[in-house]
Amino acid sequence: MADISQLKELAAQVRRDIVRMVYNCQSGHPGGSLGCTEFFVALYGNVLKHKPKPFKMEGKGQDVFFLSNGHISPVWYSVLARSGYFEVKELNTFRKINSRLQGHPATHEGLPGVRIASGSLGQGISVAIGAALAKRLDQDKRWVFCLTGDGELEEGQCWEAIMAAAHHKVDNLVVTVDWNGQQIDGPTEQVMSLGNLPAKWKAFGWDVLILEEGNNLEAVIAMLKRAKRRTGKGKPVVILMKTQMGHGVDFMVGTHKWHGKAPNAEQFELAMKQLPETSLGDY
Amino acid sequence: MKLDEITSTASRATREGFGAGLLELGRQNPNVVGLTADLMESLQMHHFQAAFPERFFQVGIAEANMMGIAAGLATGGKIPYTGTFANFSTGRVYDQIRQSIAYSHKNVKICASHAGVTLGEDGATHQILEDIGMMRMLPGMVVLNPCDFNQTKAATIAIAEYHGPVYLRFGRPAWPIFTPENQKFRIGKALHLTSGKDVTIFATGHLVWTSIEAAKELAAQGISCEVINIHTIKPLDEEAILDSVSKTRAVVVAEEHQRNGGLGDAIANLLVHQLPVPMEYVGVKDAFGESGKPTELLDKFGLGKKDVLWAVKDVLDRKRG
Ligand SMILES: Cc1ncc(C[n+]2csc(CCOP(=O)(O)OP(=O)(O)O)c2C)c(N)n1
Ligand SMILES: [Mg+2]
Repeated sequence: MADISQLKELAAQVRRDIVRMVYNCQSGHPGGSLGCTEFFVALYGNVLKHKPKPFKMEGKGQDVFFLSNGHISPVWYSVLARSGYFEVKELNTFRKINSRLQGHPATHEGLPGVRIASGSLGQGISVAIGAALAKRLDQDKRWVFCLTGDGELEEGQCWEAIMAAAHHKVDNLVVTVDWNGQQIDGPTEQVMSLGNLPAKWKAFGWDVLILEEGNNLEAVIAMLKRAKRRTGKGKPVVILMKTQMGHGVDFMVGTHKWHGKAPNAEQFELAMKQLPETSLGDY
Repeated sequence: MKLDEITSTASRATREGFGAGLLELGRQNPNVVGLTADLMESLQMHHFQAAFPERFFQVGIAEANMMGIAAGLATGGKIPYTGTFANFSTGRVYDQIRQSIAYSHKNVKICASHAGVTLGEDGATHQILEDIGMMRMLPGMVVLNPCDFNQTKAATIAIAEYHGPVYLRFGRPAWPIFTPENQKFRIGKALHLTSGKDVTIFATGHLVWTSIEAAKELAAQGISCEVINIHTIKPLDEEAILDSVSKTRAVVVAEEHQRNGGLGDAIANLLVHQLPVPMEYVGVKDAFGESGKPTELLDKFGLGKKDVLWAVKDVLDRKRG
């Protein structure tokens, strides 16, 4: 397990990767990806017990992760590559013809690290519950993690899943919500108010944790570890993680406008100045 | 087999065959798990549930969630069988099946009861007639529609041996049993029921028996029908179909489904490329179903024995030119 300064270096490189990938193919979703960089670095760098090679679909004896908000694939791909699932240079193929790095994550091309397709929103919590039940049946003591967007929670299927996880006491599951308050058409409060989100999860029978500093790496690591300690007590655990969409690139911060847009050449230069090279090197 | 040797002495619903098959399979294969969305007994899954409560998940009235949980269980190496009505197994959850199951190639068995008009009194909201079309459009999806209790039981057991997504369609009403007990079910292998020289009737599901009855009546009139049971709509047994059609050169397809998108279209698609011959459909003509008794509805929607008889006569007229 890497020390914190190494992980910070990794986070800086992942942010560079995200912007370069999206710029490179002139499409993709930088906002949510930048906002969730600390989460992915913390999860793969410090929290998950996992074996990148050889990648095993079933993940027996390992922790497994499902990305429900599949549009933030750039951050996941970068972290997967830099954790050893596939070669870093493959990031260059993102969203291009004949690539394993599809616009939204898929198993179809056999990309190591991905266990289910996502992109059509609202399905990941259900899948994570199924995987957690499979672990329970196998008496596999490891955990299932899942990340979902906050706008994504407007999908009814999420609440079907949230209800079912509590009902079936799926307590080897940690779901994190990217609580950035933004979605495509604007702030979630304007598009479709989520209301009192912690109270809703609580009312559905979950153990609710709130992370105020979702872009503080130490805080994310501490919270994920805390969430793990809260499992095994008959309740699923959720982390409501406040993040800043576009974190790390000042003109992308805090607006839905960078949910799914690529920077132009000028904006790219500007962004690169704010995301200096690291010792890890570009792909 | 000789036509008059194909007889039935008992009737049971195909969904009961599913329930019996699932119970037996549960004993054979510890990886098999069941899920339902508040339709456990309708699907006859209570036998499995009673025997293996820890391997059965009630998810409530939440079909989308059920498909997702099934995909997750499959990811963890389980063989999930989902059970709800055919309408809620397909149209209601098409995107969940498409992304989390078909595109992700998950080993989920989507088991769908009450397909077609024979569910009866509940009416059109429940009588899906488009499900075969939706499911066969999905790349890699296996689509099965067995014809009676015994065959549905055998199919239920057999699909656990196949790794990948399967749509297993069956129905509500008691229906004549005429295939052997403890038969071996082979996915993709058409079953040649009886030989004939004038016309081939390809039938699936409940309408296999209807087609046999029609063939018997036609035999008495001197018309010789070859009846083939296409329990697997996808992958289609192209060889068996071409073999038969190259001999009879006239085709009737019978199914409890819309004419659009079903078995008829699958066979037409094959024949138009390889062996164009006169062909008639027995199926629903772009209509929703309605309330009534199963036999009344079959009759009203053009799915009865008389409809097979007419289709055979029409196609023979065209064959003679
Ligand atoms: C079922 C479905 N409907 C609509 C979309 C289009 N879409 C993609 S991302 C998105 C907004 C998601 O918001 P959120 O979960 O908050 O993610 P963020 O914008 O914060 O990254 C929408 C509507 C989709 N991918 N899937
Ligand atoms: Mg959001």
